[in-house]
Amino acid sequence: MSSATASRRTEGGVEAPARRKLTPARLLLHGFLIAVALTWLFPIAWAVLTSLRSYEYTAANGYVSFGGWTIDNYVTAWQTAEFGKHFLNSVYITVPAVLLTLFLASCVAFVIARFSWKLNLVLLGVFTAANLLPQQALLIPLFRLFTEVPLPEFMSDSELLYDSYWGLILINVAFQCGFCVFVLSNYMKALPRDLYEAAMVDGASIWRQYWQVTMPLCRPALAALATLEVTWIYNEFFWATVLMRTGDKFPVTSSLNNLRGEFFTDNNLVSAGSVLVAIPTLVIFFMLQRHFVRGLTLGASKG
Amino acid sequence: MSDLPLIQADRAVPPPAATTPSGGRRRRLRLLSRTDRVVITLMVLVPLLLVTGFVWLPAAATVLLSGTNWDGIGPLNEIEFVGARNYSDVVNIYPPFVPAIQHNLLWLAVLFLVASPFGMFLAVLLDKELRGSRFYQTALYLPVVLSLALIGFVWQLLYSRDQGLINAVFGSNVDWYGDSNVNIWAVMVASGWRHVGYIMLLYLAGLKGVDPSLREAAAVDGASESKTFFRVVFPVMRPINIIVLVVTVIESLRAFDLVWVVNKGRNGLELISALVTQNVVGEASRIGFGSALATIMLVVSLVFIAIYLATVMRENRQ
Repeated sequence: MSSATASRRTEGGVEAPARRKLTPARLLLHGFLIAVALTWLFPIAWAVLTSLRSYEYTAANGYVSFGGWTIDNYVTAWQTAEFGKHFLNSVYITVPAVLLTLFLASCVAFVIARFSWKLNLVLLGVFTAANLLPQQALLIPLFRLFTEVPLPEFMSDSELLYDSYWGLILINVAFQCGFCVFVLSNYMKALPRDLYEAAMVDGASIWRQYWQVTMPLCRPALAALATLEVTWIYNEFFWATVLMRTGDKFPVTSSLNNLRGEFFTDNNLVSAGSVLVAIPTLVIFFMLQRHFVRGLTLGASKG
Repeated sequence: MSDLPLIQADRAVPPPAATTPSGGRRRRLRLLSRTDRVVITLMVLVPLLLVTGFVWLPAAATVLLSGTNWDGIGPLNEIEFVGARNYSDVVNIYPPFVPAIQHNLLWLAVLFLVASPFGMFLAVLLDKELRGSRFYQTALYLPVVLSLALIGFVWQLLYSRDQGLINAVFGSNVDWYGDSNVNIWAVMVASGWRHVGYIMLLYLAGLKGVDPSLREAAAVDGASESKTFFRVVFPVMRPINIIVLVVTVIESLRAFDLVWVVNKGRNGLELISALVTQNVVGEASRIGFGSALATIMLVVSLVFIAIYLATVMRENRQ
């Protein structure tokens, strides 16, 4: 521990090999951590492995065997479960929902951070708390509301908020706004206030202060939140399950449940389907891990 | 590139100067043009209406409906208030209620007493300067990016009676998801698998924020490493501890996706959230039951949300 300050420099860079000796304690620590890490990776690795083997082979030889490699499961799963369509549905819901969430949340956060009104604390509480409520507790009135609110036919063929992309987008935005308001308002409060004084002197309107001064400075926070929100809304299961009816319109995460019926006894197909559904989040995770982790720890609040 | 310095950079930003002097509010308002005032109103009002309309009003309506005999279909003006009858019915004549409460509490206990401490333990280990720390961290929080619904499917490959790995390796013949004696434990293992990584992440951030001089002082005093952690570091992380407590309570209250993909929350997997949903979209639509159950969830969650808000807002003001 005494070398903590000195070795900070080497983090992420070249290791300094001579300095650290592998004591037995350290070896034990590494052994333990490797065991835990591999245990944690195992279920995912097993899913990938199973998805790459033919059902005939594993049915004949059992799963504890080696061989029967194929990618047919992916082809079959993609076609039977119509993943192409469901992925597209997820895009229709996730992209607008994330953009809208970030826009609306940054507006509220800007006002909370820019002005020091007494009501700001209440406002922050109203938004943050909304994100933490259990969704199921709101279901009954929302279900009724969604089946009552009409939409024109060009917006949804159900002609209702129920069973429409619009409804899902709105409910996701309403739920996720709180988290983003919380994170962004904290971030914006840390920006130097002189910026606004200078902008005021230049005669910049509130909108320009928000859009041209604050927002560009919030890019790191926005990137982190966008990464997180894409993952969360893509992963969202409950609202789509209860507020959608037409099987064709389900986003991919909720369509998983219908997949069970179609693949019922074939675990290899189930695993191929699971891997397909996981791919977008895994790609995001590995490409944008820094943003992902940062978003979570910035807020430290998501339930 | 490491993620950790970035977190520290955020924490290193000094808090903004204290609020403007008294009277500043009126002065500032006068400085704003009419357009500015309209813009500000819209910036707050539109999101506020959305959150109120889709979250807070339904929450209030749930509480109101729990006192009525509404069947969910009939017109709203035929609603009659029946007092606490739904609540007494839930407790007395609704068989899944008691198991559901037990399962939710068990869920909380396992996450709180096993998964959260384990996550914290791993964070403490990984907070040391370790080679390969990045690999360990990535492996541990990989499950956090997966949806709980998907996790249900991934673990089915291990749990399935005929095709699952566990039965194949141990020669057992247990239907881990189907047998009502064991299935709650099976789904909790899967849920804990995800929870550990999340808690580890929160504590790693918390540990980075602990002033290193505290540890150095404890080391100078000759305190052992574990003593330093429990007597010095852990108490300093109080805000993170409270956040973890609240996150754990809310996660166990919201637990839903996993049991819903397994068997829609029946036969050993009853949870309050699943019962509410069954009573709304299931075959037997009993709005009164559902609302009473939902109100119980709301009350519990609001208590912990209040604790959470008090904690984070105090943190922010400092």
